[in-house]
Amino acid sequence: MSTIARTWALVVKDARSELRTRYAMNALVMFVITSVATILFAMREDQASPELLAGMYWVVVFFSSMSGLSRIFVSEEEKGTALALQLIASPTVVYVGKLLFNCGLTLLLTLAVTVLYLIVFPGFVVASFDIFAVTWLLGSLGLASAATIIAAIIARANTRGTLYPVLSFPVLIPLLMTVMRSTIRALAGEPFENAFGEFQVLFSYLLVMTGGSYLLFEHVWKD
Amino acid sequence: MNGIRLQVTDLRRDFNRRPVFQGISFALDAPGSLAVTGLNGAGKSTLVKVLAGAIGPTAGTVAYQRAGMPIEIDALRHELGFVSPYLNLYDEFSAEENLRLLSRIRSGNEPASATIERRMKQVNLWNRRHDDVGTFSSGMKQRLKYAFALLHEPAVLMLDEPTSNLDAEGIAVVEAIVAEQKERGLLIVATNDESEAAWCTVRVHLSGSGGNKR
Amino acid sequence: MRIVKVLSIILITFVLIAGIAIPLSPAPQGLFEFPIIPGLEDKARNIFYHVPIAWTTVLAFLVSMWYGYRYLRTRSIDDDLKSVSSAGLGFMLCILATVTGSLWAKFNWGSFWNWDPRETSIFVLLLIYGAYFALRSALASDEARARLSAVYAIIAGLTVPFFIFVLPRMVAGLHPGAKGDVDGSGPVLEFKMAPNMRVVFFSSLIGFTLFYIWLLTLRIRAARLEHHVADQHS
Repeated sequence: MSTIARTWALVVKDARSELRTRYAMNALVMFVITSVATILFAMREDQASPELLAGMYWVVVFFSSMSGLSRIFVSEEEKGTALALQLIASPTVVYVGKLLFNCGLTLLLTLAVTVLYLIVFPGFVVASFDIFAVTWLLGSLGLASAATIIAAIIARANTRGTLYPVLSFPVLIPLLMTVMRSTIRALAGEPFENAFGEFQVLFSYLLVMTGGSYLLFEHVWKD
Repeated sequence: MNGIRLQVTDLRRDFNRRPVFQGISFALDAPGSLAVTGLNGAGKSTLVKVLAGAIGPTAGTVAYQRAGMPIEIDALRHELGFVSPYLNLYDEFSAEENLRLLSRIRSGNEPASATIERRMKQVNLWNRRHDDVGTFSSGMKQRLKYAFALLHEPAVLMLDEPTSNLDAEGIAVVEAIVAEQKERGLLIVATNDESEAAWCTVRVHLSGSGGNKR
Repeated sequence: MRIVKVLSIILITFVLIAGIAIPLSPAPQGLFEFPIIPGLEDKARNIFYHVPIAWTTVLAFLVSMWYGYRYLRTRSIDDDLKSVSSAGLGFMLCILATVTGSLWAKFNWGSFWNWDPRETSIFVLLLIYGAYFALRSALASDEARARLSAVYAIIAGLTVPFFIFVLPRMVAGLHPGAKGDVDGSGPVLEFKMAPNMRVVFFSSLIGFTLFYIWLLTLRIRAARLEHHVADQHS
């Protein structure tokens, strides 16, 4: 019980810190707006196909998350507070707490991108709500899981900003390819069963990535 | 609180493949005190971080025990206080919030308000408790770190450059804390100031060439 | 090591000569004629070089990952040396595999790049190798470099099963074993190969693997010497 209370305390600390400083949030919001605006400029009057829109949806999500999800570890490193955290919390508490925070942030991010897409792209119509909802959930969690361990790795490096997407992209490709496919299914209004294959991939990706990160985190976190 | 024992065996830590220090062995029983001395760059901070379990040794062991029973690293977190210029608290939180949030992360619950009040008064920050740490001077931050380190009455207190950034009044506070800790448990001080090293009964001197001995 | 060296030279020389010189024939007779595979003709010979190189690329990555894992356990910098030596070779072989594959794709499938699942996989492996070395150059101390790049190699390695087993089944592809390919059911090697082609192919597979082992030991020795020299001079 106490481990859960401690982990939750870390989530509360990070959430409160984020609300005060808006470190990650500002970057995320601005990135979503600028990237969607860029797509709108590029497309002008053209009506993009659902396939293209599904792809672009996850392109926006990927690059936006690359601007914000590393803050969780980078800010501790930059502010010099990582040592305090190392002294008071076990690696498990730190990993799970940071993962939960990033999961929450990613779910909010994808939700915001979805709302924005529904407003600005007339072609973006979610015909199979159930497929989209599961894709949104599993895709966001899988993305958050991979992004969290990579953030922990790059927090110790000296060219963090550029390194983050470089390291994350290859790891995220299986996830991105799969969510793009099931998003296309959701836009095309396919029945729920059609996306089971994708859901299996997304679910196993989430398990493998989180399990691996959990086992390796101590080596990243402790010098 | 008493009875804690620190046993260090043939400790070595490398940086860029060369030892920062090596062959460090000693045992320290509570109540007791140890000074880690040496020139700048001799590895004092690295050694105390290894002793605190914040970084791992390249070789050798650091073992804490009480009445012959080893203390696991997760239990050690509840027994350890650490103060140093490079350990920062959160600028975006007030002094009191820092103590409460960090205590909750350490143990799952907050300490009694009376404990917080006592510690914050001890370091003369009680009337600034609602101010953000970001607005504090470096001396005030250093004093807050003492309140944070002592909040859970640690059996082991580690001080790296204990009086840096402190004024005469702050140094007096630290000396009182040191006297109290020496009676109660283990005190480890890393310093290159002879008067601070004199607080302690045992000494480990790091020569900086990697081949250090007591 | 001497045996590895000699054997790899003999095998690769044999493959270079046999793979290119043995003529194709519509009705192959004896050991010294290959059958003509309709649609592939002389282009079929690429299999003797491209597939073994691609295999060695994956092997190099797995070896790198394994020594990364070993480093995390032992914290011996020598394990990191082995890990990075293998990754360096893997990177080089990965480029070779990409180039040989891409050239072949141009002549057989009409364009240099088609985003077939296996092309995607080798591209991702190339990205992983690139990211691995970018990470290493961004870390200040030898210990942090060894530790974090080992973790990254393992995390990246966790995605490998998705590329080998999952994506080729989901996305229609051009390589044998892809979705919709009725004939070949295995991921790589279910070719209908003539016995003498098999001999050349497997000689090549063994030859390139030994070649990799030979180069790896060389690189490890060189890296150890470099460390040794650096230690003496500072």
